[in-house]
Amino acid sequence: MTRKTSLKTHWIVALGAALALAACSTPKQETSTTAVDATGSNQANTVSSETQISVATTDNSIRPGSSDDFALNVPDRVFFGYDRYDLSAEAGDILDTQVRWLQNYGNVNIVIGGHADNRGTREYNLALSERRAQSVRDYMVGLGISSDRITVVPYGKERPAVVGNNESAWAENRRAVTTVDAR
Amino acid sequence: MTVSFLQPIRFLILALALGLFSAPVSAQLRVDITQGGSEPLPIAVLDFSNNSASPALQNLGRSIAEVIRNNLANTLLFAVTPTEAMIKRYIGLDREPNFENWRIINTQAVVHGHVQQKPDGTISVGFRLWDAYQEVQMFASEYGASASAWRRIAHIMSDAIYSRLTGEGAYFDSSIVYIAESGPADKRIKRLAIMDQDGANHSFLTNGLETVLTPRFSPTKREITYLSYSSGVPHVYLYDISTGRQEILGSYEGITFAPRFSPDGNSLIFSQSIRGNSEIYTINLRNRKRQRLTNNGAIDTSPSFSPDGTQVVFTSDRGSKPHLYVMNSDGSNPERISFGKGSYTTPVWSPRGDLIAFTKQERGKFSIGVMRTDGSEERILSQSYLEEGPTWSPNGRVLMFFRESQQGNDAKLYSVDLTGHNLREVPTPINASDPAWSPLK
Repeated sequence: MTRKTSLKTHWIVALGAALALAACSTPKQETSTTAVDATGSNQANTVSSETQISVATTDNSIRPGSSDDFALNVPDRVFFGYDRYDLSAEAGDILDTQVRWLQNYGNVNIVIGGHADNRGTREYNLALSERRAQSVRDYMVGLGISSDRITVVPYGKERPAVVGNNESAWAENRRAVTTVDAR
Repeated sequence: MTVSFLQPIRFLILALALGLFSAPVSAQLRVDITQGGSEPLPIAVLDFSNNSASPALQNLGRSIAEVIRNNLANTLLFAVTPTEAMIKRYIGLDREPNFENWRIINTQAVVHGHVQQKPDGTISVGFRLWDAYQEVQMFASEYGASASAWRRIAHIMSDAIYSRLTGEGAYFDSSIVYIAESGPADKRIKRLAIMDQDGANHSFLTNGLETVLTPRFSPTKREITYLSYSSGVPHVYLYDISTGRQEILGSYEGITFAPRFSPDGNSLIFSQSIRGNSEIYTINLRNRKRQRLTNNGAIDTSPSFSPDGTQVVFTSDRGSKPHLYVMNSDGSNPERISFGKGSYTTPVWSPRGDLIAFTKQERGKFSIGVMRTDGSEERILSQSYLEEGPTWSPNGRVLMFFRESQQGNDAKLYSVDLTGHNLREVPTPINASDPAWSPLK
């Protein structure tokens, strides 16, 4: 697994660390380090339920091409720099995976939610988050995904993935998240 | 004075020139609010009824005085004499205060008055404002209205006292619309809420099922424009306060946001973003004619008209960082006006026309500031971890905005004088953001 910094991983690692702690009194060093990293710096961050729900679906009745399939098998989000909306090489890799999945399931539509951290004012962040979602959309359309399949919804700073005021929370919140359009 | 701004419209306030009141004398007593930091002016506001009145009238007379005291005290420009310290709690309208006694307790201005019930059920409220040192009457007036309008009368009287003592325009007879916040940050429930400027008559206008943001009052009608996610994506809506009717502005590609009314109330100015490019438009609400004002690949948003309607200030990142620009209201001649370090957003033109308020972000702090319309004489009025979104009082002397601490989940409204003095939290029932001040009712 390359840079799968999605919160899913963090949550699983954190859960793993907790289980390890429950099982024996000496958890492996790397595991606990990663778990601490996931909660950011000195302030406690709470992981949003959006993420928890997507991880919770672990039964084996998942239908290929469904939102559960996407949530489990495809990294759903890319991250952006402060006041930036350009895609990094890592983001490109993640979107390539999304595009491959979308090519396999040509009848599935998606919503791209654009987000900003809270270090900006409301209206500007709304415009910025729309740009971020559009960057993702443009990238996908460039790879042949029909624009008719994509809805862009900018959220500005209204829906943080990680609640907290520190660099790691802000970095996790400057994102564009792809979800299967259930409508 | 006809009142067209109160819902339901049920009464008429009459300002009567009473024969027994002498014409206002040009007195020296004045609060200088242009400098800031000056000593609050000691003022006594007596009850508007005494013990010989009926219990209902006694209540009314005390409540009216209490609303006036609260308004004056909230400005922090006045030191309101506590009722316990008063020499007298009531002086009839036909009497003069014993000025010597009021001077002994250092009261410089005295307000007294009465409230009477008329046979038709309406009330009549009269008051007099005195300079206790010069022993002259500064102002007197009487108002008639239905009894249910007593609170508005108290605000109108507060405005008269404030204006007479400061030389500034009125602002107490106004409302605040804002976003009431509840729930955790990642699932925040946001509702439109409205209250009088002093927090009374609070009510929620939307149920919180859809996220709503950035409400702004019409300058002419009891109407609000705001952003809602009702349709799934952000769009501009109109809310009629009298009927409770919500209406989407129109069917637009992409998203529409950052709405404000034009000064004549006939148009909206807003941003529309299509494929990552937000531009500023106006729409005439009568004939639905739309005009595009910007044509630039950058973010162009948060437009606000000058009070004469000839110019528009807005935020753009066309010069890389977000800064403030002023253009003519047809979109011509855009010029950058902010040149300081950091970024500048949420510009709002003052009702007097000479200043622009804004949010500034620099080195991890947010500030509320003002500058002249050419960008000169920038002044920071308030600074904290996170604060944004200034709105002007109708007289252009006070700014309201919201603030959140680093701990988060605690957005609150604050007000500050144009001088940068008298910062005060504005109490709301629950957390609050995005305040917008109404015009005078």
